[in-house]
Amino acid sequence: MNIHAIRAIYRFEMARTFRTLMQSIASPVLSTSLYFVVFGAAIGSRMGEVDGVSYGAFIIPGLIMLSLLNESISNAAFGIYMPKWAGTIYELLSAPVSYVEVVIGYVGAAATKSIVLGLLILVTARFFVAYHIEHPFWMIGFLVLTAVTFSLFGFIIGLWADDFQKLQVVPLMIMTPLTFLGGSFYSISMLPPIWQKITLFNPVVYLVSGFRWSFYGKADVDVVVSAGMTLGFMALCLIAVWWIFRTGWKLKA
Amino acid sequence: MPVIESRPDAAPSAEAIVSIRGVSKTYKSGFQALKRVDLDIRRGEIFALLGPNGAGKTTLISIVCGIVTGSEGNVLVDGHDIAHDFRSARSLIGLVPQELSTDAFESVWATVKFSRGLFGRAPDPAYLERVLRDLSLWEKRDAKIMTLSGGMKRRVLIAKALAHEPRVLFLDEPTAGVDVELRHDMWQMVHKLREAGVTIILTTHYIEEAEEMADRIGVISRGELIVVEEKTTLMRKLGKKQLSLQLQSPLSAIPADLADLPLELSADGQQLVYTFDTQTEETGIAPLLRRLSELGIDFKDLHSSESSLEDIFVSLVRSRA
Repeated sequence: MNIHAIRAIYRFEMARTFRTLMQSIASPVLSTSLYFVVFGAAIGSRMGEVDGVSYGAFIIPGLIMLSLLNESISNAAFGIYMPKWAGTIYELLSAPVSYVEVVIGYVGAAATKSIVLGLLILVTARFFVAYHIEHPFWMIGFLVLTAVTFSLFGFIIGLWADDFQKLQVVPLMIMTPLTFLGGSFYSISMLPPIWQKITLFNPVVYLVSGFRWSFYGKADVDVVVSAGMTLGFMALCLIAVWWIFRTGWKLKA
Repeated sequence: MPVIESRPDAAPSAEAIVSIRGVSKTYKSGFQALKRVDLDIRRGEIFALLGPNGAGKTTLISIVCGIVTGSEGNVLVDGHDIAHDFRSARSLIGLVPQELSTDAFESVWATVKFSRGLFGRAPDPAYLERVLRDLSLWEKRDAKIMTLSGGMKRRVLIAKALAHEPRVLFLDEPTAGVDVELRHDMWQMVHKLREAGVTIILTTHYIEEAEEMADRIGVISRGELIVVEEKTTLMRKLGKKQLSLQLQSPLSAIPADLADLPLELSADGQQLVYTFDTQTEETGIAPLLRRLSELGIDFKDLHSSESSLEDIFVSLVRSRA
């Protein structure tokens, strides 16, 4: 294992984060805060409780998930896409590193960044609404698992993309609808019966539900199913990454 | 130094630090960039790979460095197979690519530090400082790469390639688009590295560069290595000398008495050019001059010239085309 290489990649990627602090941390925190102001404090006060939780507090886990998913994907996708775009990927390909080290470095940095972001949003939420966390270890567990899984997913998108449009299309066209329709702002029990069934095909439902359970002990689907689905998706991403590096797809001629 | 047992006939000499055996590459488009290339690079030498655009120089380098996967054949770097023992093989290699691909937003210092780590070496700021100083980059260490000139970026790429103390350095067109001063700096640096025991393989379009720097020269054309030779031997073997005679009075044609000699007459009839082989003992100059004076052909001046590597190269590539 080339530990120096993992450290080099990780540091390099984290340095990029700090260099773009406004864009990578401040702006997601700000936009999520606006959700809290609008939906939590302003509209939330006129809405009833959901599952015995005030609406402002109810949307916190969902909003954190929303940022976590988007940021994990775009961080990781951008992290590996940039060297491809700039041509500096030659160095990575000629280095004595295996894909394991490359993935740990890039995905680790992207996940770290989104975990920090998730925690920052959590702290920020405190200024707008009161909430409690019933299962803090599960909460951290879901946070880390989701960040890692979707950073892996983003990494795959970054490898696949060969222009900036492709880099944006998955987060914008697929992830945003899935997160908005994944129960970030509502409990799926509020949907008509047919949609309650359909929505179960949306993987984000399991993430949001499990994460919300760690806060308030209430979930749309069993927490074990949530954790299982997340782990399953992670396994899929790992297999995809392994295949990409084994075949050199989109990386090597 | 392990020996390739499967192909004893093609075993590398103990001197070989890079041993390329039967390497072919066919791209997905069907284009065959390399056709069963065999090449041994000797430890500590400067090897120049010459060839026209698209001949396969960069493909060959990319295969050795691990950027492109070869279709057949194998490569050993200091005895380590580049596929099965890629970590050992690659940590010995430094690559300066042809394109000026840099991390635009990074500082010079951050990027060389990254390169060192990526190649598995523990941090060594003192060594990196030396590398940057040698390349006149030390003053620019905190500058963002995007603010540097093209020549400086080229230096940054070299610094990155040297950051992990490689034993084999590949320079792919190192002086393309580089000014004269930097080119000379680079030549000096290459000589210094060689003195430190680093083996250097460079590709170039500039024949004078190969002529100036290389110990041995390989010429690649259409994916085939057509010549590998000591530079001096190559020039001696393929080099031709010419003797030009400025005539006192112009000739209308080469006299019939001299038809058996490789003579050419210039269009204005003022100059007679005699081409001879440098390898033979008998150059034939003395008999020529004797016969000229017998025929009463006087000349006012004469000079001899040797063909440059460029002439050799052009004639080699042409003869294959």
